[in-house]
Amino acid sequence: MTERLTTDVTIIGGGVAGCAAAVALRRVGLKVVLLEKGACGAGASGVNFGGVRQQGRSLVELPLARRSRAIWDKLNEMLGEDVEFEATGHIKLARSEADMAELERYARDAAEHGLELQLLGANAARADLPWLGEKVVGASLCAEDGAANPRLVGPAFARLARRLGADVREHALVNAAAREGERFETRTDALAVDSRFLVNAAGIGAGKVASWFGEEVPLGPVVPNMLVTEPLPIFVTRSVGVCGGDVYVRQVSRGNVIMGGGRGWGDAELLHSGPTTDQSLTGMRKTLDLVPALRGAHIIRTWAGIDGQMPDRIPVIGFSATTPDLVHAFGFSGHGFQLGPVVGEIIAELIADGRSPSPIEPFAITRFAEASVLPAAAAGVEH
Amino acid sequence: MAGLFSRLVKRTGASILFTIDGEAVEAREGDLLMTAILLHRPALRRFEFGESSRAGFCMMAACQDCWVLLADGRRLRACSTPVEPGMAVIVDGDPNG
Amino acid sequence: MADPLVVIVGAGPAGVRAAETLALAGLQPILIDEAERPGGQIYRQPPAGAVRPGIYGLEIRKAAGIHGVLAGLGAVDYRPRTLVWNVFQDRLDLLTIEGHGEQRFDRLILATGAMDRALPFPGWTLPGVFTLGGAQIALKSQGVSIGRRVALVGAGPLLPLVAHQYVGAGAQVVAVLDVTPFAPKLLQLLGLAAEPGTLAKGLWYTARNRMQGLAAAYGVRAIRAEGKRQVEALIYKDAMGVEHRIACDAIGASCGLRSETQLADLAGCAFVFDQVGRQWVPQRTGQGRSSVPAVYLAGDGAGIGGADAAELQGRRTALAVLEDLGRPVDLAEAARLDRRLARQARFRKALENAYPFPDHLLDDVADEEMVCRCEGITAGALREAARDKDAAEINRLKAFTRIGMGRCQGRVCGHAAAELLARASGVGIEGVGRLRGQPPVKPIPVLGGVP
Repeated sequence: MTERLTTDVTIIGGGVAGCAAAVALRRVGLKVVLLEKGACGAGASGVNFGGVRQQGRSLVELPLARRSRAIWDKLNEMLGEDVEFEATGHIKLARSEADMAELERYARDAAEHGLELQLLGANAARADLPWLGEKVVGASLCAEDGAANPRLVGPAFARLARRLGADVREHALVNAAAREGERFETRTDALAVDSRFLVNAAGIGAGKVASWFGEEVPLGPVVPNMLVTEPLPIFVTRSVGVCGGDVYVRQVSRGNVIMGGGRGWGDAELLHSGPTTDQSLTGMRKTLDLVPALRGAHIIRTWAGIDGQMPDRIPVIGFSATTPDLVHAFGFSGHGFQLGPVVGEIIAELIADGRSPSPIEPFAITRFAEASVLPAAAAGVEH
Repeated sequence: MAGLFSRLVKRTGASILFTIDGEAVEAREGDLLMTAILLHRPALRRFEFGESSRAGFCMMAACQDCWVLLADGRRLRACSTPVEPGMAVIVDGDPNG
Repeated sequence: MADPLVVIVGAGPAGVRAAETLALAGLQPILIDEAERPGGQIYRQPPAGAVRPGIYGLEIRKAAGIHGVLAGLGAVDYRPRTLVWNVFQDRLDLLTIEGHGEQRFDRLILATGAMDRALPFPGWTLPGVFTLGGAQIALKSQGVSIGRRVALVGAGPLLPLVAHQYVGAGAQVVAVLDVTPFAPKLLQLLGLAAEPGTLAKGLWYTARNRMQGLAAAYGVRAIRAEGKRQVEALIYKDAMGVEHRIACDAIGASCGLRSETQLADLAGCAFVFDQVGRQWVPQRTGQGRSSVPAVYLAGDGAGIGGADAAELQGRRTALAVLEDLGRPVDLAEAARLDRRLARQARFRKALENAYPFPDHLLDDVADEEMVCRCEGITAGALREAARDKDAAEINRLKAFTRIGMGRCQGRVCGHAAAELLARASGVGIEGVGRLRGQPPVKPIPVLGGVP
């Protein structure tokens, strides 16, 4: 028998963005029903690298990343639990003079957005990280970047949303959603939710949701491949990326070294994904070039979650172009974890105030209407 | 230091010399690294998350409790690796060097 | 058309008999095994050198049978010291001394066997505590005792057997403690008689142990190991509640066996819950077919049946593979194997009822007790996550607490964690689900090379 619910806002998708939106919407007094196909925070936002990184982002994302970074400082207090956020600093390594020139250029541009980056020569980089491999010619350090435990953040937001009165339904896969008059009707196998607003934060499933409202978006899957070692004595004191983004490494405080690089396999229809052996082995080899000290270590686990990716590698955030009161937030292209908290706030602002103080114009869904003028994809693919 | 294991069946294989924390010790051909160490010592390694040691558990390469560190940086599963001449095992030494 | 590529993983009784059957039918199966020599854990051989053959006890003929099969079969492509660390579609990822490799297959027989099922108790991570199977392997593969004064504790047929083998080899066994009561064993005698030979052996071991002053105590509980840096004593309460302290420097402890199911999981096999064994096992037909068309299951890796049943299953599964490949199959032989397997199944059911998994011991696990040996995760941390973070499913518990994320991937802690979660969340052991497997099923070196 179908259970019927009536609410102000229905959110499709219980990732960090969706759950943070539920929290922010409850804070402005709106009634919320959140529908998550599996468990909250167990999709792309739960199985990513855990990078809380501003450095290297597309410049149009930086204002959002700056604002989100401020939230990360208060996150433990806000959520009432430790999500293992540490501002270890993020260091991006140059392996050629061309890489170094790219880092210098980026540092100048980022400074205009208030992001201070410290450029290091080869010696200074080695003084900071004595174990660096020989290929490194220089680096750029963002001291306030860091990492958190992705497995904890989404679920913590979901529990906070519940405590604030949101109706969070897990294992509730949305089959259909439609605009009926001034309202939305959203259906799962067991539920029919009637709401004034609808939020599409469905990750890899968001393209289908958008299509229900006549908006075809070029959302494809991205499946970052991840590996983790056994616990080792602490030596990788920073989160490490490289120009080109083909490998990235960090060590958690318990000693396990996490490395990412390349792509796993994924089935966007079945919402099914996993790591790919070739990519795992390549990732190991590339990591060894950067961190030769890992040569005796063992990989104990590999995984790959599935996220939605846009051709220009920046998300869609904002109102639908076809349907009033429908808000999209998807296509984070494998680097939405750091942005999640602020995207929740922006969704709430759009719904409560009709606008957000953050500059979200670059993320408009309409940018795909004229496919020939797509902005160039950002070079880095670090997640 | 007394070993944990004791030999019940005499081994006639060749003598194999290796070191534990710098001390020269003897094993016999056919000894697994785990046997070779535990005939001389009560444990194989320090536990990463507490003030204690580990000496292996399942002996069938399943539990992964018996990893040992060699001075050359290799990490070996002692219950499935034959001891080799010249191995320099670190049991109680500081793995950070 | 090229001969179909049949790959068998595991050279224990099931895998060896499957290889033999396929080779005799004219195929050239590939038999991959992590160990140096065939036999699996049950018939594990010493690497080299002399270990007294008497150590196999009454199983000597069976062990020798398995060990000798491959020598007479040139058609089997036997690949020892090779770890299969992943299954993806029709490909296995391998690790050998030379480094990483892969092996394609048309049909895959997983004969991955079993390991001891461990239970956490105070002091179980002290040097000197091993599983019963581990204690047995120390003896039969290395000719060593795990200590000078050895206490053996747990449940299952391995307990009297290891005691017998240790005493026979000249070790000093100071206690044999059974955590299950004696009564159910008597009640199951009728069922156990389905395999009179095996029953006789069990009674023989028990009687021999008794003659040698090793009468087992039944129904013991509140076991704990004490010692500063290593085991110094085993403390327990007998069935009357009286506490005993036994000085010892080593303990063999485990409660039956658990299937090694990671590769079947990665291969996409459907799982079913085994109510008696309280564990999830890959679903298989009596002929060894899994839910995945190209994947077959034989031996203890898909539910505990013991070595004799494993040999039969290995043969039977190979016949199923031949049948599915359109090869001629000896139907009379298939029928004969089916009958013997049915008898084994009755025996096994009786055996499991005689040695029920003592899940009540999980009630006693204190909050400070380490459940995960790899990462040092305590029972208290699991209970807290279940209570405060609504973790009602085992993979959710894994995400929150790291249980099952260590080097062993939950092989050792998984069952205990599931039992604790079932108690904390009130959903029942079946309801908490099973830990999902992730490659690699065992640690692989970043550099490649020897595992």
